[in-house]
Amino acid sequence: MAATTSAAPVPGPSPTHRARRRRERVLAALLLVPALIVFGAFVFWPLIHNFYLGFFRNPPFPGLPKHYVGFDQYRDVLTSSDFLDSVRTTVVFALLTVPIGIGAGLGLGVLAHQQLRGIGIYRMIFSSTVATSVAVAAVIFGTLMNPQVGLLPWLGLTTNPTILQNPEWALVAVAVTTVWQTLGLTFILMASGLQSVPDDLLEAARVDGAGTWSRFWHVTLPMMSPTIFFAVVVGSIFAFQSFGQIDLLTQGGPLKKTNVLTYFIYNTLQRQSDPGKAAVLAVALFFLTLLLALAQIRLLERRVSYER
Amino acid sequence: MSVDARVLHRRRVLGKVGRYALLSVLAAVVIFPVYITIVNSLLPSDAITHQPPKFFPADPQWGSYRTAWNAGHMGHYLVNSFIVTFIITIGQVVTAILAGYAFAFLDFPFKRLLFVVFLATLMVPFEVTIVTNVATISSLGLYDTYAGLAVPFLATGFGAFLMRQAFLTLPHELRDAAALDGYGHWRFLWRVAVPLARPAVAALSVFAFLSAWNQYLWPLLITKDDRLRTVQIGLKQLQTVSLDRFNVTFAGAIIAVIPLVVLLLFFQKHLVRGLTAGAVKG
Repeated sequence: MAATTSAAPVPGPSPTHRARRRRERVLAALLLVPALIVFGAFVFWPLIHNFYLGFFRNPPFPGLPKHYVGFDQYRDVLTSSDFLDSVRTTVVFALLTVPIGIGAGLGLGVLAHQQLRGIGIYRMIFSSTVATSVAVAAVIFGTLMNPQVGLLPWLGLTTNPTILQNPEWALVAVAVTTVWQTLGLTFILMASGLQSVPDDLLEAARVDGAGTWSRFWHVTLPMMSPTIFFAVVVGSIFAFQSFGQIDLLTQGGPLKKTNVLTYFIYNTLQRQSDPGKAAVLAVALFFLTLLLALAQIRLLERRVSYER
Repeated sequence: MSVDARVLHRRRVLGKVGRYALLSVLAAVVIFPVYITIVNSLLPSDAITHQPPKFFPADPQWGSYRTAWNAGHMGHYLVNSFIVTFIITIGQVVTAILAGYAFAFLDFPFKRLLFVVFLATLMVPFEVTIVTNVATISSLGLYDTYAGLAVPFLATGFGAFLMRQAFLTLPHELRDAAALDGYGHWRFLWRVAVPLARPAVAALSVFAFLSAWNQYLWPLLITKDDRLRTVQIGLKQLQTVSLDRFNVTFAGAIIAVIPLVVLLLFFQKHLVRGLTAGAVKG
């Protein structure tokens, strides 16, 4: 019935070839499994589990069972003035730290990007704060801002009440600490971005009569836009995750004026022992970070020139 | 020299002086907090509250460092930080090498999807996961242990991405040649690919070390007392217990910074490469 195909058998993977592909798949699985276990257990599971935890309201007293409330807790927490204030504080904190930090890093980067004897020492100093941690910076600044320490009064920087207890100035003080701590990192990033701006392009602009400012504005800045774009996106994600400096300097106070979302989550989880509410806040932080990154990529990437 | 040339020359010299002056002022501003910290750590504790403040320790008192190290447990915290940081760094580098190799050299189903999964981990801030992670670590019996401090950080999407990029730059013929010599994937990975990707491994190691050393929130959540406190959390403790002795707090901050200063003096180049790996297109 069937036409006998006396020709050569259908060309296909030889048995040895197939065995090799199988071995390759097994090997790939073995190589990926360690990382996948960590991601599964400590990244994706907690992320999903948060949504679930948010459906349960924890009792006001420990020992009582938690009970299912559906979306009630989401609604209550996400419309509470504490939450909205916290989001506002987080955004203000990012606005205080990211543009100023990047501006300062870029400025120092441009200044240190010139042929001068001994410029290496300046570069080292500008990048030096990379050796500090958030905790070190916060302890240094916190102690220097202590009203008993004579530095701020001597500089004429006195507020009443003292700066870290001052509802108007506490967030600014935390922001200053943060900008200083991240300056080394931003400087290193900007300085290495400047390395990739071709010197002959700047030279050509100079020959065409462009002054220092115009060269910066029309050549350096556009050429730096990928680096700046990266710094803005990553910097604001970091700003949204700031925690240590708040814990060490103000603990969310005074009057919750420095109660950024991460501190709000920590405080709800640890001090109030309310994992349900903390989970709702964590879900909110996740979506805000995601939204922020996507919005920046949409809005800013069009203005980035990648042509090199 | 004509008058014009002299004017030009003088302007150039003045410009140079101006640039040095500007650089020096800015450098002084950046370094001032560290400088005043060192000065204050060497002053007697009551001198720190003096008005006007002292900007030079005429008679340096090194006792504050001894107090911070012994009574303030800074030495002990440092050891804890080193142990945890080493575990995390080695874990991150090894898992990144393994996964990076799979993505660069092997063919398997769902490769693209799995790579997206790895990158997606970068979009989840650690703070988002703490509610469940604390419970998970406790139920594994790892609360207040070195393992509990390290386990959630033994793999990162960034590390796998970095190593994949590094492996992709290796010529593919290299793998074919090694295969002809009878090298299997495993031997090729450790004998050829990893040695050739040494710069990326170094960059990742420095980056992992730095971020593990500086961790704050997780050690705060997962340790209960001095026994396992890392240096960042220990510093908070030191500040609390030495309230009226600012010199001890300042000395503690300097002690906490020294290991990283040493690290960066030797490995700054690698750090720069690690940090800029994401920023530069390629």
